[in-house]
Amino acid sequence: MKFNSAFRHWSSLLALSGVLLAGSAQAQSGATECIAPAKPGGGYDLTCRLAANALQETGLIDKPMMVSYMPGGIGAVAYNHVNGVRNDDPNLIVAASTGAAVNLALGKFGKYDADEVRWLGALGADYGAIVVKADAPWQNLDELMQDLKTQPGKIVFGAGGTVGSQDWMKAALTAKAADISPRDLRYVAFEGGGESLAALLGDHIQVFTGDMSELRPHLESGKVRVLASLSEERLGGPYADIPTAAEQGYDVQWPIWRGYYMGPDVSDAAYQEWVNKLKTLSEKEKFAEMREARGLFPMSRFGADFDSYVKGQVAQFKQLAEEVGLTQ
Amino acid sequence: MFDFLIDGFGVALSPLNLGLAFLGAVLGTLFGALPGIGPINGIAILMPLAYTLGLPAESALILLAGVYTGAEYGGRMSSILLNVPGDAGAVMTTLDGHPLAKKGLAGPALGLSAVSSFVGATIAIIGLTLFAPLLAEVAVMFGPAEFFALMVFAFSSMAVMMGKDPIKTAIGAVLGVLIAMVGVDSGTGVLRYTFGLAELYDGIDFVVMIIGLFAISEILLMLEHANRKDAEDEMPPLGRVMVSLKELAHCKWTMLRCGLIGFIVGVLPGTGASVAGAVSYTTEKRLSDKEGTFGTGDMRGLAAPEAANNASAAGSFVPMLTLGIPGSGTTAVLLGALMLYNITPGPMMFSERPEVAGGLIASLYIGNVVLLALNLPLAGLFARVLTIPRWVLVPGIAILAFAGVYQLHSDLMAIYLMLVIGVFGYLLRKLGFSLAPVILGYVLGGLMEDNLRRALSISGGDLGILWQSGISIGLWVAAVALLVLPWLLPRVLRAWQ
Repeated sequence: MKFNSAFRHWSSLLALSGVLLAGSAQAQSGATECIAPAKPGGGYDLTCRLAANALQETGLIDKPMMVSYMPGGIGAVAYNHVNGVRNDDPNLIVAASTGAAVNLALGKFGKYDADEVRWLGALGADYGAIVVKADAPWQNLDELMQDLKTQPGKIVFGAGGTVGSQDWMKAALTAKAADISPRDLRYVAFEGGGESLAALLGDHIQVFTGDMSELRPHLESGKVRVLASLSEERLGGPYADIPTAAEQGYDVQWPIWRGYYMGPDVSDAAYQEWVNKLKTLSEKEKFAEMREARGLFPMSRFGADFDSYVKGQVAQFKQLAEEVGLTQ
Repeated sequence: MFDFLIDGFGVALSPLNLGLAFLGAVLGTLFGALPGIGPINGIAILMPLAYTLGLPAESALILLAGVYTGAEYGGRMSSILLNVPGDAGAVMTTLDGHPLAKKGLAGPALGLSAVSSFVGATIAIIGLTLFAPLLAEVAVMFGPAEFFALMVFAFSSMAVMMGKDPIKTAIGAVLGVLIAMVGVDSGTGVLRYTFGLAELYDGIDFVVMIIGLFAISEILLMLEHANRKDAEDEMPPLGRVMVSLKELAHCKWTMLRCGLIGFIVGVLPGTGASVAGAVSYTTEKRLSDKEGTFGTGDMRGLAAPEAANNASAAGSFVPMLTLGIPGSGTTAVLLGALMLYNITPGPMMFSERPEVAGGLIASLYIGNVVLLALNLPLAGLFARVLTIPRWVLVPGIAILAFAGVYQLHSDLMAIYLMLVIGVFGYLLRKLGFSLAPVILGYVLGGLMEDNLRRALSISGGDLGILWQSGISIGLWVAAVALLVLPWLLPRVLRAWQ
């Protein structure tokens, strides 16, 4: 049974190499690291990879940046981890977004609040969008809002997050702009934008409050109509024809920034070095290409500017949450 | 009309793309076989690599699609050999696959599952080629109310699994539903059963659940028997290596039926390989298990979920390619890959980038043949895993389980959770519970609740929405029929005579 013993030998080696393969990602040290506080493949992964690929390609870091995943609590697990365990790691940045600010405002990140970490900067943003099916009766935002005022129970909103999530906030702010209490809003929470869009196409919901970048594939298909972009100004390129909500007389804005934070006890020198790195990166032409390939619009806020921006946002969300009775 | 497919074959048969399809198939099989790394992770790992290597869009997509379909092949291996599902779609494969291995039929079981996978995938790819745009229109008609009815149907078809011990099956399913309730409530964002632990906000992860419930409990059972010299501890004889034609012929209708079921489930957005496996297995048991051999190592019980999970993988490409809507978590990641290449998925893709759409579909045909060719001869080799002595096997599985869960979460809490669930699974097995209803309750229960809540928030609390559409009514009737007919029919027939 020579083969047999050889097979035994090899199979255990194979198992071991599999483990090493899985473990090697954790084993590198000294190099920079970005934690995506989610499973692979989502928006946080994209945020980390943008930093990792762009910093590497522009030569701002010499060793590849490692991207690791820490799903749990919509970012809460990573937030607690960075506050409690790797609180002074000068080589670690963590991906964050508007969604994290919403959860901080709702107190879902445990005992820590927005003042704990060092907010580093944002490299790009996405914007909310109000979408209806192509054969819907509403040609512009105003028509939708007028109908919403008269019969809020007949128009069902849907998006990929729970009540209280950033997806819901878009719907709630839109309702508020039409003087309707978000509490009276019919809102359905789906699992991600794709399911919401399917529900819109199947006439199960009437309005989808999604994000601009995920809509790009659908702009030309002629199946949906984007009534408003929730940005300060009209977005360029394929989105140039979409009016902002403000243009149509409703002051609703919803930027979804994609940025990073660091541990609370990182030295000022290390923090400043990262701020400079990201700032330099954001000015490179190559970076603009990479950002656009990922469906992100320009946004450059770094250091103290970003820090006060995030904290201001959290305060604003807190107020909104209290108004609609979301906080306990 | 099939110009795009002919061009697609031209694209897919280029040496580079053929090589990538092969590489994807091999890697995918490996990812599927390793517990903890499923197709989603495999694709997420390879996607940035393909992009950095500067592969053209169609080549990258061919590689990633190969990984996806390969993983559905690979997931069955540990199901059959170790009673540990390699990924979500392979849960039902354990039910008859592992008993077959215990009978010494591991080789034929692996061979049969490769053939069933091939048949299921082929049915689905043909369906994808012929009816994609039409099916996509039907798929979006499934709203929350229709999905709820579908879940009711799935639960009622589970009744056939009750077999000897209906109460234990029911308890198992309810326990599964209970575990699915942990985490942020999907409708209102309220935390449920999280005990203040942020790690529980996202609920109990599927991988943690599956590895804990199956792998850890299996390890504990093995340890319990480690020092005993009873008959159960004997290695099963290896027996034949190849599956016979007679066995294949015996399963042909099962494969065809379940391939079709899997394809339909795959096309629906929001349901994936695990639901496909569950629905096909229970349906097949209902239809063809006249002797009550399902669950004891019936070839048809193995062919059913294997044909279905591969078919659902191909089916989930339908909404992705025609509507730009992902039909499964894995296609959602693939969609991200397309966006990175500036490609617009949807009906426009067939006219604007025919080389991508056609190349992808052609590569599915090719990848499927590659996978069959790869997996059939290897069946005998892999079957030898069973000859590994326990003192190597048990620590090996343990290492894979721990490493798999840790690489996914980088967090010790996930490991603790896996261990707790493992002990729970071990106790259940000692008490004579089957694990399948638990995992089905967990998968279906979550979907069922989410969709019920969604339907009710659309209607504003009016229950009428649940049976408003023709699709829902059909599913309700089928669900009731499944429960009532087996009881009613014999009585009616007797009264007739």
